[in-house]
This record gives sequence, C-alpha cells and structure tokens, in this order.
Amino acid sequence: MSAPVADGVPDPGAPDLVLERRRMQGLRLVGLHLRVNVMNELQYRSNFAIQLIQSMVALGTGLVALALVFDRTDTLDGWTRPQLLVVMGVFTIVGGIIGFVIEPNMGRVMTDVRQGTFDHVLTKPVDSQLLSSVREFRVWRLTDVVLGLVVLVWGITGLDTSVGVLDGLAFAATLAGGSSLVYCLWLVVTSGSFWFVRMDHVQELFFGLYRAGQYPVSVYPAWLRLSLTYLVPIGFAVTVPSESLTGRLTWERGLITLGFLVIAFAITRFVWVRGSRRYSGASA
Amino acid sequence: MSDLAVAGEVDRLGEREGRVRSMVRLYATLARVSMMEQFQYRAANYFYMVGMVIEPVIYLVVWSTIARQQGGSVDGYTAGTFAAYYIVWTLVRNMNIVFTPFGWEERIREGQLSAQLVRPIHPIHYDLGSFAGWKVVVILLWIPIAAVLTLVFEPELDPTVAQIATFAVAIWGAYLIRSLLLWMLGMITFWTTRVTAIFEVYFALELLLSGRLLPIGLMPGWVQDLANYLPFESTFGFPITSLVGPITNRELVEGLLRQAAWIAIGAIGVNLMWRRGVKAYTAVNG
Repeated sequence: MSAPVADGVPDPGAPDLVLERRRMQGLRLVGLHLRVNVMNELQYRSNFAIQLIQSMVALGTGLVALALVFDRTDTLDGWTRPQLLVVMGVFTIVGGIIGFVIEPNMGRVMTDVRQGTFDHVLTKPVDSQLLSSVREFRVWRLTDVVLGLVVLVWGITGLDTSVGVLDGLAFAATLAGGSSLVYCLWLVVTSGSFWFVRMDHVQELFFGLYRAGQYPVSVYPAWLRLSLTYLVPIGFAVTVPSESLTGRLTWERGLITLGFLVIAFAITRFVWVRGSRRYSGASA
Repeated sequence: MSDLAVAGEVDRLGEREGRVRSMVRLYATLARVSMMEQFQYRAANYFYMVGMVIEPVIYLVVWSTIARQQGGSVDGYTAGTFAAYYIVWTLVRNMNIVFTPFGWEERIREGQLSAQLVRPIHPIHYDLGSFAGWKVVVILLWIPIAAVLTLVFEPELDPTVAQIATFAVAIWGAYLIRSLLLWMLGMITFWTTRVTAIFEVYFALELLLSGRLLPIGLMPGWVQDLANYLPFESTFGFPITSLVGPITNRELVEGLLRQAAWIAIGAIGVNLMWRRGVKAYTAVNG
C-alpha cells in the first residue's frame, strides 16, 4: 500500500516541482539579501549626500564636455545633441547598475578568493554563481540610475523623432541584455582570480574602458569599436539601447545581441564552474 | 674676524653642504627602492596604464572627428595636432600621478604619520622621492604605448630643441606642483573626514581648467582667463603645449617661470597647512 497522500498536495519529490522550488528559493534569496543590504545602508544616510554630489559632478563634467563639442559642431558622426544626451543618460544608468550590484559582488568574490573566505559560499546549499552575484547591493549607487533617467528623458524630449511603445520595449530589452553582458564579462574576469588571485587591476582596466561608452561606439576607429563591442560589451550595453531610442536599431542588431548574450552566458557558466572547482580554500 | 668665528662659519658651511648631500642621498635611495618595487609589479602597472590611455583616446577621437567635419581643423588644431597633444598627454598624465588625497584618511586613521613626525625631515620628501622613482619606471613602460599610439593616430610633432629641453624640465615641474597641490588637498583630512565631495569637485575643476579635457586654447575666452590665475594649467596644458606647440620661445620661458612661482606658493602652502594640521592630528590622538 502506498503512503497516503492528501488530496491536492502533490508529491514534493516530483522533478518539475523541485525545479520550481529552486527558482522560488533563488528569488527569495535575492530578495532577502537586497532587504538586508538596503536596511544596512539606510543607516548611513550621509553617504547618500556624498553619492549625490559625486554623481552630479561626474554627470556635470560629462555634460560640459558635450557642450564644448556642440559649441563647435551640430552633429558628431551623425549624432545630434539630443541623441548624444540619450547616450549620456544610458551611460549613466548602466554605470549605476554596475555600481549597484555588479561591481560590489564581483569585488567581494575577489576578496573572498584571496583571503580564503570563499568557503562560505561553496558550503551553502544554493548555486554558488547565484549566491556570489547577489550578496552585496550598494543602494545609494541607484542615484546614478535616477540621474541617468533624468538626462535620458531630457534627451528624448529634444529628439526630432518620436519614441513609440515598441521603441520603449526594445530599449528595456536591450538595456537588460546589455547589462547582463557586462555582468558576464565581469564574472569571467572575476573567475580569473581562481587562477591568478590578483585580478583587481583588470577591473581597473575595465573602468577605464567603460568611459568610452560616453559616446556611441561608431565614432571610434574599427579596432577600438570591435573590441568595445565584443571584448568589452560597452557597445551592447550603452550604444545599442541608445540606438533603440534614436531609431537606429535594426532587427539584425537586436538578434545579434540576443545570440551573443546566450553564448556569453554559456561561456561564463563554464568558466565559473571550472574556476570554482579549482578553489582550494587558502584558509584550510 | 676672530679665528673662532671663521671656524664657526666653515662649520656651518660644511653642515649645510652635508645637509644637501644627505638630502640627495635620501632622494636617490627612496627613488631606487620604489623603482625596484614597482618593477616587480610590471603587469599591474601596465594594466593601469592601458586603462588610463582610454581617456585621452576618447577625447582624441571625438576632437579629430570634429576637426575633419569642419574641413580639417578646429582653431588651427588638425587631427594630427590633436593626436600629438593627446599622445604627449599620456606621458604628462603619468608624471602627474602623485600621492592621492584619498590616501590621507588612512594615513591619519592608522597613525602612519606618527613615525614620520619624529624624523628630522619633512614627510613630503618621502612621497616626492618614492613617487619620483616610480616615474622612471612609468616613463620606460610608456615608450611602447606611445609607439603604438603613434602608429595608430599619426601625430604631427615637430618640436625645436628649446621645446624639447623645456618639456624635459616642465614635466618634473608639473610633477612637483601637483604633488604640492594634492598634499594640501589631502591635508584637509586633518580637520574633517568628509572630504570626498571636496576632492571630486576639485578634480572636476582640474579636468576643465588644466587642458586635460581639451587644450585650453580651445576653451571659451573666460575659461582661458580664469585658467591664467590658477595652477592647473602648469601641471597639464603647459608641459604638453611646450612640446606640441604652437608656442614661442618667450612663452616657454614664461611657462617655466610660472611653474617656479607655483612651486614656491605650493611649498609655502604645504608648510603652513602642515604645521597647523599636525596640531589637529596630535589633538585627535590625544
């Protein structure tokens, strides 16, 4: 006789349910870490004022640089002033996303590997890549996202072309895709620390390269444009979303982004699994 | 004059000579140690330098695009001149990196200054000496980067002997001025720990008023006037222009004199702030 199962309560061992539960667990994990981090950072409200000044100074100098450019010319490589404002807005938003979740988590992994405290991640009964990606949130860095949105809207209102619902959706999708690509690249670089330990200088290099996203990658010479697109996905993260709002995005480019994203995720996963297996725990 | 007085005079002379000699030896030792140290981190230094090269490349690409769109030049600057300006920029920028004002918080919090306070020499000499040694490494590492940039961007560079000589002096003048300025900036930490915003504003002003973003000659007139009264141009725009031109011999001399003046003002400022700051420092530590 089989064990009695109450009506309506499915067998908890069914494979698709395990998967479902794991997904829920993943979401709850993200939510929980986010809440703890937010509560923690809300204690330090003066940090918000400092962040606000920092963000405004950075954005201000970017806008002055643009003003100097358009003091001399009406278009830069075919991009008008409002269009470049859109690029500046997206650049600031993506920078905010990087500072909010990507950089703090990846930085923590590098520290953990160096100090041998990465054990705490590996011994938990959840996926190590997921856990490593959601442990830290710098809430105040969202200031950049808000300021970037302001500049973005400012740019959009100056555009000759109108932005439709479809464009808006394409923008949201390409922004999410582009940010995910930045995450992938950063995680691959971070995984490098399983082999080489010191990877923070590569991170410096990325920050240097990221600045190039202030302008559409098409202004750069071919060698730089290609490396800014496929090696360091700034082209996908900043330029492509901007294109979707300025009527430049083609279906092809959208599909390339999607395809590249799938490949990048696969490579990232592969490198992460290989790398974390190499980790031997310096503390042990 | 009595024999005794003469002997005293000679003694004092000898003492001063000894002081100069020991200073030179101090600098040489500090520079040598940091050179050896930094050579060990060649790869790290390179990543850092390559990441830094992106900044001028952005300015260069944008402004040479504008020059081309305007039929070849912007106020006399062609794509080739811009290339020369921003390639020389990379060396001047590397010369310009000195002890960061953000480092003062740690210096003060961890009491690192206490050891330096009991030594007979002003602590700024330790920074100046060791960073100068690092510069030698940086210049060596810079040469291949400059070679690649030259191949890619085809700069127009045709300096006179006077320009080259001035440049060789001016980059060290720039190094000294920026060291002094950032020391003063960092010392604000003696009085308040909420310095980040001040530093950020300072660096933004420096970016715009020094020739780092754009040659000062291409800035609006009132910005040029303002920059004349500030030290920033001596640390960036002047050394670059001294090599790239267009510049007259008279302007070369004037630029060097201006650097000398800023060094004097900076030295006085550092001394005054340091003396007061140390009092605040000891007070904090009880």
